[in-house]
Amino acid sequence: MMRGAIRFLRRGQIVEVSNLHPRTTLLDWLRLEERSTGTKEGCGEGDCGACTVVLARVRGGKLTYEPVNACILLLGQVDGAEVITVEDLANGTALHPVQEAMVASHGSQCGYCTPGIIMSLFALYQKGQAGVDRTTVNDALAGNLCRCTGYRPIVEAAIEACAGPANDAFSMRAAETARQLMALQRDEDLFVGSEACFFAAPRTESALSMVMGRHPDARLVAGATDVGLWITKGLQSLDKIIWLGRVDSLATLENRADEISIGATVTHSRALPLLATIDSDLGEIGRRFGSTQVRASGTVVGNIANGSPIGDWPPAFIALGATVELRKGFTSRILLLEDYFIEYRKQALEPGEFVRRVTIQKLGPDDHARFFKVSKRRDEDISSVMGAFRITVVDGTITGARIAYGGMAGTPKRATSVENAILGQSIMDIATWRAGSTALEHDFAPLSDHRASSVYRMQDCGRSLQLDADIGHQGVDP
Amino acid sequence: MTSPDAKIAFPDEETLRHIRKPLAHDSARKHVQGSAIYIDDMPEPEGTLHIALGGSPVARGSLKSLDLSAVRTAPGVVAVYSATDIPGVNDVSPAMGDDPMFAEHRVEFVGQVLFAVVAKTRDEARRAVRFVQSDIAPETPSVSVDDAIERNETVLPDYSYGRGDVAARIAQSPHRLEDVFRIGGQEHFYLEGQVAFAIPGEDSEMLVHSSTQHPTEVQHVVARVLGISDANVTCEVRRMGGGFGGKESQASQWAAIAALCARLTGKPCKLRLDRDDDMMLTGKRHDFRVDWQAGFDDQGRILAADIALLARCGYSADLSQGVVDRAMFHADNSYFLPDVRVSSRRLKTNTVSNTAFRGFGGPQGMLAMERVIDAIAWKTGRDPLDVRKANLYTEGRNVTPYGMEVEDHDVIHAIIEKLETSADYRNRRANITVFNGQSPLVRKGIALTPVKFGISFTLTQMNQAGALVHVYSDGSIHLNHGGTEMGQGLFLKVAQIVAEEFGVAMDRVRITATTTAKVPNTSPTAASAGSDLNGMAALNAARAIKDRMIRFASETWNIPAEQITFRDDHVLIGNERISFGELAKKCHQGRIHLSEAGFYKTPKVVWDRPNAKGRPFYYFAWGAACTEVTVDTLTGEMIVDRIDILHDVGHSLNPAIDIGQIEGGFVQGMGWLTTEELVYDEKGRLRTHAPSTYKIPVASDIPADFRVALHDGPNREETVYRSKAVGEPPVMLALSVFSAIADAVHSIAPGTPVPLDAPATPESILRAVQALGGGGGF
Repeated sequence: MMRGAIRFLRRGQIVEVSNLHPRTTLLDWLRLEERSTGTKEGCGEGDCGACTVVLARVRGGKLTYEPVNACILLLGQVDGAEVITVEDLANGTALHPVQEAMVASHGSQCGYCTPGIIMSLFALYQKGQAGVDRTTVNDALAGNLCRCTGYRPIVEAAIEACAGPANDAFSMRAAETARQLMALQRDEDLFVGSEACFFAAPRTESALSMVMGRHPDARLVAGATDVGLWITKGLQSLDKIIWLGRVDSLATLENRADEISIGATVTHSRALPLLATIDSDLGEIGRRFGSTQVRASGTVVGNIANGSPIGDWPPAFIALGATVELRKGFTSRILLLEDYFIEYRKQALEPGEFVRRVTIQKLGPDDHARFFKVSKRRDEDISSVMGAFRITVVDGTITGARIAYGGMAGTPKRATSVENAILGQSIMDIATWRAGSTALEHDFAPLSDHRASSVYRMQDCGRSLQLDADIGHQGVDP
Repeated sequence: MTSPDAKIAFPDEETLRHIRKPLAHDSARKHVQGSAIYIDDMPEPEGTLHIALGGSPVARGSLKSLDLSAVRTAPGVVAVYSATDIPGVNDVSPAMGDDPMFAEHRVEFVGQVLFAVVAKTRDEARRAVRFVQSDIAPETPSVSVDDAIERNETVLPDYSYGRGDVAARIAQSPHRLEDVFRIGGQEHFYLEGQVAFAIPGEDSEMLVHSSTQHPTEVQHVVARVLGISDANVTCEVRRMGGGFGGKESQASQWAAIAALCARLTGKPCKLRLDRDDDMMLTGKRHDFRVDWQAGFDDQGRILAADIALLARCGYSADLSQGVVDRAMFHADNSYFLPDVRVSSRRLKTNTVSNTAFRGFGGPQGMLAMERVIDAIAWKTGRDPLDVRKANLYTEGRNVTPYGMEVEDHDVIHAIIEKLETSADYRNRRANITVFNGQSPLVRKGIALTPVKFGISFTLTQMNQAGALVHVYSDGSIHLNHGGTEMGQGLFLKVAQIVAEEFGVAMDRVRITATTTAKVPNTSPTAASAGSDLNGMAALNAARAIKDRMIRFASETWNIPAEQITFRDDHVLIGNERISFGELAKKCHQGRIHLSEAGFYKTPKVVWDRPNAKGRPFYYFAWGAACTEVTVDTLTGEMIVDRIDILHDVGHSLNPAIDIGQIEGGFVQGMGWLTTEELVYDEKGRLRTHAPSTYKIPVASDIPADFRVALHDGPNREETVYRSKAVGEPPVMLALSVFSAIADAVHSIAPGTPVPLDAPATPESILRAVQALGGGGGF
């Protein structure tokens, strides 16, 4: 069975789109086709949040509301979801509670970021969680830039409006929405377009394998938080797109006794609670990863697969010990994660291969983990330096060391000289760490760029070792 | 016509219905529903075409050839235009004639526009741009202030003023200091990028919807480029999604390109810049190198100061004369400098032309002085607050370096006294000293800094405004004025003034889009003067209409004019009470003119620039902020722990709007001084041209403890309802953040100067920490 149109829910009605270029973004469709202009384009790269809309989906039998950046989300990715925009919230002349609170607290000035902020808060509101406070709200808004207000009134509005169970038109018709969405969850494969230009979304791995075999030149997409920019900024053609989001077997998240296994389409927001159980520092790295919107669309495996030298998961996972499963057709091979990265933007992928999952080791009883990120801005910023440590200590002696850095080389990379320098040494002896610090220069010769100078990067690396040594140092975490 | 010089009386405070009330922004309900319409949201007439721009890949060179043939044949392309297609003058500059719309022979910065592509869709236009073949002979660009100094290239002549024999006085001073430091620029990052939509009309008519703070200038530039008279061009703007100065002079180019394309294709044409292009193609806050020397006494009182402000202006003059002048005007901040020289250079670099940005040079000038004060405090060992207080303007020490008398210095003394107490400065200072003594790696700092900001355009002729008010025969009111709405609440404040005057509910006043067709020859909405100017012009218009209505009622009912009052949507005529609408209807029937063009010009201001004499400002807005920070000396990371602000807005027209301006301005200033870093490479390419690399504050950068209060008191000058300007001054409250960071770093080695440059990124802070021997290290 093959379906030739994207199908999603909009204002209670099913919308079918069969005539589209595969690279059409949700934002362009909303603004140029539907002419719903409430949703704004601020940056076109998923950093400012002015384009935030909410996707409702049924996940694990539950209706969930996720804020996403419409500017870098492909229209095809909303297949099977309900698309909710800022125009949909008010009930006649009655504003939605988050809208009401924003007006009452003077939360808008120029108003251009406001639709995105409203939608981020709407998603928070639908969570209906108790104990919404500044921290919760700041996290919910880390992907929404406002240049006018200074945020104070927005945060107050959010705390006011989002601190209780959801009670609005959406929560009241949740059962009906869930029923409608379930009805959209069919098992047929999706293929919109022609053999020369298409958006495909197979339902199974065998169908995926077939379409990949037929179109080895097609671009695989999971969350599109990176690929979206190839379209909006790189102006790439991307005539052939295969979206993995409908393949259930790629969406598995497994918590085993000594490892966590994360499938290709598992988003950051899904994986994060489990990853945080490995170590609270890792949870904090995840909290600072992108924004709520990026974490809702982007995938953990995508952060590895694209080969970026400045992704935050790869150094963390390399330090913990991780493998990737590379799949081509029906055959898989397993690779150590550090071996996946060859050089700048070059990975160990053969033509037709993709990263099917990543499996991360948990900590043993003698293991200590540390994760260290420095960026110009604390939240929603790319690391200048990201350091990750897994140190095994027996009777005060370092018996195992896995240390990896991002931002220090063309790839995420292990600091093997440092590891060797501290192995067998006493953890409490400052000389151990001094030796490690000296060894750094054998491991790295980082670049200077707009995020940080080479000197600062090296210094931060050294400092991360010192932080390891100085267990009492609390830094400036708010 | 009303007399703009008439004595202004206002109603009793107790009777005010709208003025001083914290009313919500007039568009707030639309903002939250996505129904407020920005230019890109307007319905597009059939046949609307879209524009994308092609720019120079190099920063400096001569353009040998431009082959656009492959662009013309790209899918969807309707037309391609370059300099030779311009019927009028190829110049979009505000004054100096040095900003070509399309570069023709020379290219002077990376991205400088060479041509425009018009296509059926925006996507097709953007894709077609890439097919250009250009041949440019590149030259080594000047990128930094130092490059420009070495080449001795400026966009405008050097300028300085002062008094006394400064060099001698510094040499004779008990203590002397000198230093050089650098201040970074700032990207506006208005959330709505630059956009213009031009619709051709009959004959030569052109209607341009432009996201601009200066519709009149857009009108003039469009007319100039098209070679037509101003009367043929109408520029309209309902609202902007933020401006901050970035749309004062630099909205013109996009409007003029859209108009050119509309004229030549005969179709409506829209140009909306992509964010990255916007950041590369539009000017920013000027970055500066500051060279200073000062002499002072044991108490840290400044005896003489010599401050050189070296500004990177980019490739053209743009507004750099006024911007750098304002930096000079604010190099004293709130302090008396007995013998002083303030000099400036407007340096030419092969970077985008820097422009207005909230504060207009004032923040840079004031930061320079606050650095001087901090350095003096470190040298003398006194608390920086005590050094600040010792230098404040006061009786007998109250003449600025440019000769204007500071008449109300008592306000800043009162504000500082009050804030010192309410922020508990002394106890917190003591606690911080104890904390730092016990914490080798994590350090705290605190600073309380003042703000004095001069209100008025320093180009005196710009201090004028017009408004147009109609009362319709049903009693509804149409309000229009020359000010533009960019989120600051100007439209609401002016509507409050008009509704108050007529004694009617707010919803009876219809706020309308700014257009050059209703109010001509306007000044930009800038210099914080929007409400002062337009509010007064609208008040004058409303009063003229009201006076005629009163005269009519007086004659009709045979009641003395003094016994006629407008209140609660009614008019009391002696003992009779009729609705406002009823009186409007009767006035119309009685052939009373119910429309008026109001006008206002700021009194007292005069500035003789060549002789550096006069009174450039009508009054000063004052304020102070106290900020506490924590710095991790291992990494340079910093967090702001607490902010206390006390700010002078005169008698507030709308305290909610004013607090919004104060908080927003502060946070914007904090971003400029901390996380926002513009990085150009040696080829003159901006490497931070997107929000992924250029980091403005997010919600979590704002401390939970953020206390803002208004310093209430009437403006001593006769402003509208005795209010004060509020748009720009709060930006400079954020200097307290920078001084607090320096204070924290200073604790590492008391008495040692802290070589901290702005912005204080973690890297910049760590550099300063290490210069003081701090930061641990193995």
